[in-house]
Amino acid sequence: MDNLGTIGTTEEQIELMDVATNFCRDKSPVEKVRALIDDDLGYDPDVWREIGELGWLAIAIPEAHDGVGLSMAEVVPIAEQMGRNLMSTPFGSTTLAAQALLAGGSEAQQAAWLPKIAAGAAATLALREDNGDWDLSNIEATGVETGGQVTLSGKKQLVLWADSAELIIASVKVDGAVRFALIERSALLEGALRRETVIDETARSYEVTLDGVTVLADALFDAGRTRETLEKIELAAGLLHAAEMTGGAQSVIDYTLEYLKTRKQFGKIIGSYQALKHPTVNNYVEYEKARTHLYSAANSWGEQGRGEVAVRMAAAQSHSSYSTSADRAIQFHGGFGFTHDCDAQLHRRKAILAGALIGDAAYQRSKLANLLFD
Amino acid sequence: MADKPSAAELKEYGEQADAWFKENTVRDPGFMLPLTFMEVSTDQQFDFLRDWQRKVYEAGYLGASWPKEYGGGGLHSEFQRVATRAMKKYDAPIMLNAIGNGWAGPLILDLGTEEQKQKYIKPMLSAEDIWCQGFSEPENGSDLGNAQLKAVKDGDEYVLNGSKIWTSLGDRAKYMILLARTDFDAPNKYAGLSFFLNPMKIDGISTSRIKKLTGEYGFVQTFFTDARISADCLFGGEGNGWSMAMKTLEYERGAKVKPVGGFFVKELDVMEIVELAKNSVRNGKPLLDDPVMRDKMTQYMIDIQALNLNNTRRRMPQLMQDKPMGLPLMNKLARTELIRELTEFSLAFQGTKAGYYVGDENAIDDGYWHRSYLNSFSATIGGGTSEIQRNIVAEHALGLPKTR
Repeated sequence: MDNLGTIGTTEEQIELMDVATNFCRDKSPVEKVRALIDDDLGYDPDVWREIGELGWLAIAIPEAHDGVGLSMAEVVPIAEQMGRNLMSTPFGSTTLAAQALLAGGSEAQQAAWLPKIAAGAAATLALREDNGDWDLSNIEATGVETGGQVTLSGKKQLVLWADSAELIIASVKVDGAVRFALIERSALLEGALRRETVIDETARSYEVTLDGVTVLADALFDAGRTRETLEKIELAAGLLHAAEMTGGAQSVIDYTLEYLKTRKQFGKIIGSYQALKHPTVNNYVEYEKARTHLYSAANSWGEQGRGEVAVRMAAAQSHSSYSTSADRAIQFHGGFGFTHDCDAQLHRRKAILAGALIGDAAYQRSKLANLLFD
Repeated sequence: MADKPSAAELKEYGEQADAWFKENTVRDPGFMLPLTFMEVSTDQQFDFLRDWQRKVYEAGYLGASWPKEYGGGGLHSEFQRVATRAMKKYDAPIMLNAIGNGWAGPLILDLGTEEQKQKYIKPMLSAEDIWCQGFSEPENGSDLGNAQLKAVKDGDEYVLNGSKIWTSLGDRAKYMILLARTDFDAPNKYAGLSFFLNPMKIDGISTSRIKKLTGEYGFVQTFFTDARISADCLFGGEGNGWSMAMKTLEYERGAKVKPVGGFFVKELDVMEIVELAKNSVRNGKPLLDDPVMRDKMTQYMIDIQALNLNNTRRRMPQLMQDKPMGLPLMNKLARTELIRELTEFSLAFQGTKAGYYVGDENAIDDGYWHRSYLNSFSATIGGGTSEIQRNIVAEHALGLPKTR
């Protein structure tokens, strides 16, 4: 089996890890995370501006488009720390939109949007539909091309941060083939955005109605690049969410450890009971496996064959690890775990949304099996 | 210490080692070879492995970086790494004298007297003197610190009474590294322990073979009845037994003494399991078409890849900052449990054939998988059970309070 990834780091990754560790910890204490749950926007605009100023949105954008010229591998340590601190912003959706532009956008489309994104403009992807299928090509929204214009119709779901995004990249079928349309948010009609109630209360998600929206024909990605765009989006999203979930798993394990070290029952610190200790160790082992896979996926990013295997392994392992650690965190907090005040639920909910967005661990494994055994 | 070799020197050495192992490695001597030093059952297996180790040593590919004056090769440790890689490449048999080369040898090189180094090191490398380990006792399996075997000083001798168990190669060994209690009134259980380089072939020491769950033999119980050993056998001073025993464990990481080289345990080749799965049939179709088996096999691939990469990650301090002891301490737990699960899973592929065992001509791969599964418990139980390992990880990596 020669398509297994390797592990390694770049100097830039390590530097960004240090900076991101401090930044996310300082800017996203859990009290603030909880306060933002009730905020319409859902994130702190000052923090978002700082993220732009730090150049984090420019990391994986080529220098020719005012980016830093690195890759998703260097986005990983940032997304990991964001997940660890439950820092919710349009960072992920914007990063993925830039990746989509890089994979499918024409030179002109890239030149129009990538510098704006690099400078801090939010963007997002509109991919999901009512059928609930993780297969990105199973869609029904359409675009009808007439006289240099494309008239869109249909609904897209789980469009993260759509109200903040200046650019929405939506998948639609044009003449039966999947295409991607660049939609400026200003082109959306009144009432096109419906805020969805998603399980992760720290995220903001919208259903986007495309009916009546028209874009110029040159706002479509080239038909010949659909396949690589779909692949790039799927892998970039897998890697990004794997990073967030790995950071989240670390965080929820640490949160549980704190409780196990301080809570007393029957006259003993509960962390001394093996019934709690041993499953916690098991969860920790699974988390470390996830982190190892994450840095292997980052290290193998962009490599033919290996890259996809490594990303899917990271996505599968991080999703199962995050889900289980958070599930056990609720249980081990006892009665407090059943309350909204316990942070365990924040993580449990976040893991469910992440799985819904990219395909859960079992889905990732089914894709992996094809790569490994067929 | 020898100078760090140039790339050209290493390359030349590696080519020589490759050529040697290519020519000399016998993978199938006509009988089943043990996968670990704990599984040496028959005289045939023992003799073969002992000869093999001597041959590798004499060729210079074992102990290559141990000091020349005691029988080693005196080379930089990089050379030994290259030689070990060649052994792995040609799927060479294991090194037999695990306790000698992996535990006792490094301890003696680190803390022993000149006389001890002269006496013990060379015959240990050549497998002339086989070593065994006497830590566990029938009543103290996981709780090593509670060892009760009594060593009473009598003039310039110690008199030993008690019993040790799970002694791999105990009936073949010339020496045992022995943890015994010299002081029953010590302030705590650890302080009463002392460490001995104990001769086995003397009056008062007898062994009784233990039949394993596989039906094979591999280790013994050792009985000490008024056995008298010279006081010179004491190592590290009275009362320092626990710290000596713990030191033997540290050398595994190769920090203070250069690793002797080779391997005492064969790593499971995962691809063989994948091959087995691919060649198996369920409902007239390839087994890996079955979605349940397919999903499980994929999860195991994820696990295996993680543990393999963990070994690389352990050497990358930037990725080890949060809980630096986590990966090193969890390795034994994660690896041994995974091998147990995987070998058990391999039986699930075999359909009706899962019913056969070693010795039947209808058994797949001569019952290798069944034997591997049953033997896998030696690693999840020996060297600290998985349950003890979880306590260790919890207490030393995660900072949870001790279980009492």
